[in-house]
Amino acid sequence: MGDAVNGTSAETERFAIGISFGNTSSSIARISPEGKAEVIANEEGDRQIPSILSYIDGEEYHGTQAKAQLIRNSSNTVAYFRDYLGKDFKSIDATPCHQSAHPQQQDSTVAFTIRDTESETPNTVTVSEITTRHIRRLKQSATDFLGKEVNAAVITVPTNFTDAQREALVAASKAAGVEVLQLIAEPVAAVMAYDARPEATVTDKLVVVADFGGTRSDVAVIACRGGMYTILATAHDYELGGASLDQVIIDHFAKEFIKKHKTDPREDARGLAKLKLEGEGTRKALSLSANAQLSIESLVDGIDYGSTVNRTRFELLSNKVFAQFTGLIEQVVKKAELDVLDIDEVIFSGGASHTPKIAQLAANIFPETTAILAPSTSTSAINPSELAARGAAFQASLVQEFDAEDIEQSIHPMVTVTPHLSKAIGVEFTSNNETSFQPLLNADTALPARRIAQYTAPKEGGDVLVRVCEGAREIKVTKPEPKAKEEKPADDEDSDFDSDEEEEEDVREIVWKTEKPVAELAVKGVKAGSKVEVMVHVNPDLGLQIAVREVGGSTAVRGAINGSA
Amino acid sequence: MASVQVVNVSLPSLPSGWTADKDFKAVGGLSAAIQRNIEPVGPHFLAHARRKRHARTFSEDERIQAQQNVKKTEDEEDEDISEDEDPMMLARDAKDWKAQDHYAVLGLTKYRWRATPEQIKRAHRKKVLRHHPDKKAAMGQRDENDNFFKCIQKATELLLDPVRRRQFDSVDEAADREPPSKKDVQKGNFYKLWGPVFKAEGRFSNKQPVPQLGDENSTQEEVETFYNFWYNFDSWRSFEYLDEDIPDDGEGRDQKRHTEKKNANARRKRKSEDIARLREMVDECLALDERIKKFKQQARAGKDAKRKAKEDEAKRLIEERERAKAEEEERKKNAEETAKAEREEKKKAKEAAKNAAKKNKRVLKSSVKDVNYFADGEASPAQVDTVLGDVDLVMSKIDVDELAELASRLTVAGKDSGAVKAAWAAESQRLVEAGKLKDGEVKAFA
Repeated sequence: MGDAVNGTSAETERFAIGISFGNTSSSIARISPEGKAEVIANEEGDRQIPSILSYIDGEEYHGTQAKAQLIRNSSNTVAYFRDYLGKDFKSIDATPCHQSAHPQQQDSTVAFTIRDTESETPNTVTVSEITTRHIRRLKQSATDFLGKEVNAAVITVPTNFTDAQREALVAASKAAGVEVLQLIAEPVAAVMAYDARPEATVTDKLVVVADFGGTRSDVAVIACRGGMYTILATAHDYELGGASLDQVIIDHFAKEFIKKHKTDPREDARGLAKLKLEGEGTRKALSLSANAQLSIESLVDGIDYGSTVNRTRFELLSNKVFAQFTGLIEQVVKKAELDVLDIDEVIFSGGASHTPKIAQLAANIFPETTAILAPSTSTSAINPSELAARGAAFQASLVQEFDAEDIEQSIHPMVTVTPHLSKAIGVEFTSNNETSFQPLLNADTALPARRIAQYTAPKEGGDVLVRVCEGAREIKVTKPEPKAKEEKPADDEDSDFDSDEEEEEDVREIVWKTEKPVAELAVKGVKAGSKVEVMVHVNPDLGLQIAVREVGGSTAVRGAINGSA
Repeated sequence: MASVQVVNVSLPSLPSGWTADKDFKAVGGLSAAIQRNIEPVGPHFLAHARRKRHARTFSEDERIQAQQNVKKTEDEEDEDISEDEDPMMLARDAKDWKAQDHYAVLGLTKYRWRATPEQIKRAHRKKVLRHHPDKKAAMGQRDENDNFFKCIQKATELLLDPVRRRQFDSVDEAADREPPSKKDVQKGNFYKLWGPVFKAEGRFSNKQPVPQLGDENSTQEEVETFYNFWYNFDSWRSFEYLDEDIPDDGEGRDQKRHTEKKNANARRKRKSEDIARLREMVDECLALDERIKKFKQQARAGKDAKRKAKEDEAKRLIEERERAKAEEEERKKNAEETAKAEREEKKKAKEAAKNAAKKNKRVLKSSVKDVNYFADGEASPAQVDTVLGDVDLVMSKIDVDELAELASRLTVAGKDSGAVKAAWAAESQRLVEAGKLKDGEVKAFA
């Protein structure tokens, strides 16, 4: 009671959330007391809050309300500003802002000229200030929802965010009263959102994270090794995103409108803005249902317009854009010097990932064993729009208790830069009298690493040889036996086409080959039907400790190999 | 990390003839590693960072983490384990619950009025676990009345009822702090001695938070707020707890009313005594507070300085005004003198000019006279009259400068009649040309 007076009480407790700060929209998430990540809705009930601020007579509008202002009050509405943060005017792409406040140069940063006060004279507001205001609103929404002052956050950023951009974001957040505990990469946050689920197990896997946002698309290949993540390759397309699909819808309806009324609604600024806003809604509706409506009052010259489009039509029209999405995925796999067969999971993230066709097309690229985590292909998939925020919230819950200094030390390159295995390490085994190889530590595992595995001993028991080797993966291509071609009538073109396709397709599979033996160990007198446990520990200097013992047995065979470095 | 993969492949049998020292044979090394950046996220990375920063191995880190986790759960359990129980208290009669220290019964003397309901509940549970009659019975200590258990129940019941808890807190003497004696304060430590007194007293305040005494560095505003607060103290302290029991055996309404009246009076009396006590206490504290003196001194010093500044300013103003006056006078005097001198100069010049003009006129007149009025021999009076008339005419038409010039020319002409006449003629001719004279008006010089 009388203790906490004079305002000199101990510094306020840190309360952290996860923020996904996107160019198009932002989300806020936290870890609920039950340990589940949940995305917080703002006052309007939005979980994807458009990253837009709008001003009328000195009043600030945020999110969906601000987005509606793009039609009537576009010059005082700031949108798509995330990518401008911390950049100089020369290096920004101003295209997304054609229909909102235009970015301009101010000193070394980017600014917007908007009327954000009641006075008639416009003010020049820097992008940092806009970001601060945006984050302040996000913080307010989270605080209102949680009933507890939010004062810290983990924020997701694209993988190619520069140090200057990071610094600018940290400073802008600080000005909004949010301490940035850590900035984490968006694709990694998406992987973590899946791995943080209670039912998830720690496995070694290669994941492609396809983040298809509103205005840009980023794809990354991430190696997950024992719960640690290493980005192997990234690819970016700054012109591809949900907006490209919206454009397809807009063009479709505009053509229909021209046919009827002989005017192009796209030539009128307000008409285009209306089409964009409604077209986006229609496109989103098409991700959920087979038909979607579009109706706009007074589109151009006071003409009300209403029409419907079905999904098949949309997918046909968008074929080219879809190909760009899938092309980006293929490109990044190639860049990582991997094969589609190596990929264990494809995680779809970002708003445009709701589109069913994109995931279906991607599923065709990858083998059937690859899990495609998108709402249209997997029922257990998490909402792609929420992945980054959930991952950030999870990380926030992990580092919330840490001192700022502790976090800084942990994310220092001294800690994060580690040697990674260039080749897989595994054990040779026999099947059908052939020796083959089973990887225990996959390539690109961060060192030091330790793995334990149990192998079945030969049925009859006795002495067992454990041969630890380095292995290499090869892709075996086998041509299928040509089928006896049935002569079909000439008019049945469809099935003819199909069978042609099938014939051309080769069967590709991964085959492991022993490349270099490392050590041999013998376990003697193994009981029949027993198991042998192998523990391999690799040091950062490539030294190895290997221990092999029979499960339940008391003595183990140990050995060490000195590292090269 | 320590999870075990189970792989369903069978290992090869040892080929015959394979031998090695200790059954281990190193065959080769690993290929060179690639340096890559791990993403600093996720629990496994944090474990990695911990190992790397503290240079621990996998098993060491696992052991240390396990130890830490165990400690944490233990801490939570015995976080506020209760104090020792006084055997006197254990022997209390539950009927006399009013006189018991409820906080002591629950082992919360550390917290008293600060104890949260949550703490009270936990303390109650802990006590019940220990003192439940069944437990006692199991241990063979049969207590017929379960006295202490009843005490615990009574204390919990009272402390969990906010109204009754306040009543008890009002008279909880164990939470009071006696104000320090003057002697102690004079030895120093004013803030240390008085601070806790006000802190304890502040629990009765309706207004929270309560301003604190502060220290010698507190600002005047803080000190004033503090004393203002305590002189206008709004207290919830009440004295129902000390009420005499009202007999409810229906012995008589009069008896009951009498007791009620007595109780009400006693409460009122105690309340006013309490207010008086507090006021006295604040007075005492104020009297001893060095800061008040300091502020007074400062204020006085400030006032003096202000007054001095004011006086200086006035003085300066007067001086300035006087100086300005003197300067003004000086300036006026100078101006007058120069004007006078100028006037005289002008007068002189005028006179000189007049004299010169007179002289020149004389020259003019004498010039004609000297040449005998242009007559050969004695000039006739008529001729003299004409010539002089013309001279006067010309003279009246020309100004001072022309007069001087004409005079000088005539002087040069001297007594040469022709030259004088020519000079006159030229002059008159010039005047005619200038339109000052009509042609033929001057006859004598033609």
